Amino acid sequence: MQRFRLIKDKILSKLMLVLTVLSVSIVLLIGIGLYYKSVPLLHQSSWGTLLTSSEWKPLKGLFGFFPFIMGTLWVTGIAIIIALPLCLLSSFYITEYAPSRIRKILVPFVNLLSGIPPVIFGVWGVLFIIPLIQNHIAPHFVEFSTGYSVLAGGIVLAVMIFPLVVSIVCEVLNTIPKELKEASLSLGATKWETIKKVSFRKATPGIIAATVLAISRAFGETIAVLMVCGNNAVVPHSVFDPGYPLPALIANNYGEMLSIPIYDSALMFAAFLLFIIILLFNIISRVILTRLERKLAG
Amino acid sequence: MIRRKIEENFFRVLMVLATVIVAGSFFLIVGTIFYKGVPFMNLDMITKIPGGGFYIGKEGGVLNAIVGSLYVAGGATILGLAISIPVAIFINMYLDGKNFIANSLRIAFDVLFGIPSIVYGAFGFLIMVYFGIKASLLGGIVAVTLLVIPILVRTLDEVIITVPKELRDASLSLGATRWEMSKVVLRQIRPGIFTAVLLSFGRAIGDVASVLFTAGFSDNIPTSLHQPAATLPLAIFFQLGSPVEEVQGRAYASALILTIVVLIITVLSSLLSKRFSKNKIQ
Repeated sequence: MQRFRLIKDKILSKLMLVLTVLSVSIVLLIGIGLYYKSVPLLHQSSWGTLLTSSEWKPLKGLFGFFPFIMGTLWVTGIAIIIALPLCLLSSFYITEYAPSRIRKILVPFVNLLSGIPPVIFGVWGVLFIIPLIQNHIAPHFVEFSTGYSVLAGGIVLAVMIFPLVVSIVCEVLNTIPKELKEASLSLGATKWETIKKVSFRKATPGIIAATVLAISRAFGETIAVLMVCGNNAVVPHSVFDPGYPLPALIANNYGEMLSIPIYDSALMFAAFLLFIIILLFNIISRVILTRLERKLAG
Repeated sequence: MIRRKIEENFFRVLMVLATVIVAGSFFLIVGTIFYKGVPFMNLDMITKIPGGGFYIGKEGGVLNAIVGSLYVAGGATILGLAISIPVAIFINMYLDGKNFIANSLRIAFDVLFGIPSIVYGAFGFLIMVYFGIKASLLGGIVAVTLLVIPILVRTLDEVIITVPKELRDASLSLGATRWEMSKVVLRQIRPGIFTAVLLSFGRAIGDVASVLFTAGFSDNIPTSLHQPAATLPLAIFFQLGSPVEEVQGRAYASALILTIVVLIITVLSSLLSKRFSKNKIQ
């Protein structure tokens, strides 16, 4: 009986070890799998041409990813520019100013926002943001815009990353020792001055980590962006130009990818690019956040 | 002095405004979906599969997509749970839970959590090509399982940490093996497991980029794992792209259905997770 129990424990522990190793190694498997699939493309053209060429003619075997990379950068940049100040200000409000009664109402809504699926953000973008840009914003700046633009993608993405940034920044702000703030207040600083000179400085690594995470989330967001960006494979020159981010490229062309030679390889290369960039960003921000956490515990 | 006062008030107003925008965007989105979706909502939408000519505005509903989504999300959550519970137990019970390896594993799962669903979709597609599986319910479930494993592992992990150490020590001191101790802990965190299931189900049912390549699309309700399955987000996406007004309206109504389902799931899970204040995942 005793032996049976011990053997059971041993076997189960080995099984769990295997499961753990397998599920963690998904990261490696994804990287290897996607790279392996993009080898045919890499044989044909060099990294340099792939990343800097603007020629996207799959039928002629020309795959230049530059417009898509620029599309991704534009959309992500706009999203971060919109979201970061808003999120920082509201995180400061939620943690420093809001009475606990209001905080208890606010926080659940941020959580609810994070639960809304991407496709719903996309539908909202089409129904609300696109007409808004087309009829009210764009006419002030350019002659004509359909509304489907990198700006629309950026706004939708900004709303999508609100919950992520607010929840991380709030958590970081909550860990700042009360004594530090009180010391500043007792010296006669106003609340805002305390936020600006104490809380903000103390929270900077956390805010950077949150921003990096938000960037990587925005990089990989597919369907919502695909629905509002216009998907035109040219490098955007203004916020009202349509763009074509990498994830949208993958999602839009999966249907035809097996009928044109090397096309599937090119799309897998796009997925590989996304994967590598996001992996790096995620590792950086997670390491910063874990360090912060440990510093507090220790 | 006055300048400082003005600055204080100025930024206070800015902060309130920012908070209103951030929290208000939720109402804006849900409001828009309700406003556009309700007029097109009817019983047929949720009780019928697409009839002939559905995509040019004739009758039918999106039952195929609703059931397909439930199958994919349900299957992926169950499969994911079967993998994540052992992993979470291993990290906390068999490894020390606080040592370097355990923490590295946590970071690894956090990183996996950050990988976008389109990459999981592409990878799922590679797996399917490798094993010769066609776009089907099975393919969809596999891809979505990969997507939800990190969510499940990290949520379960956070819940297990809240179990008092004394409880584990007590069972160990009575001569229980680590597996028997784990069973005690599992019983303790049952509501937490439920929260994790809801979180993963909510993410799985709303995701589209991962099922795009893998689950295919079909007007019928799949009867086996090897048939293609429609999913609700994908149905919304396809219908919205239609030039026919009726079909677009159905996209709004489908979006309304998905929003309601996801909101119910989110509310339930946050009510439950109040019992474990720390089990949040970013």
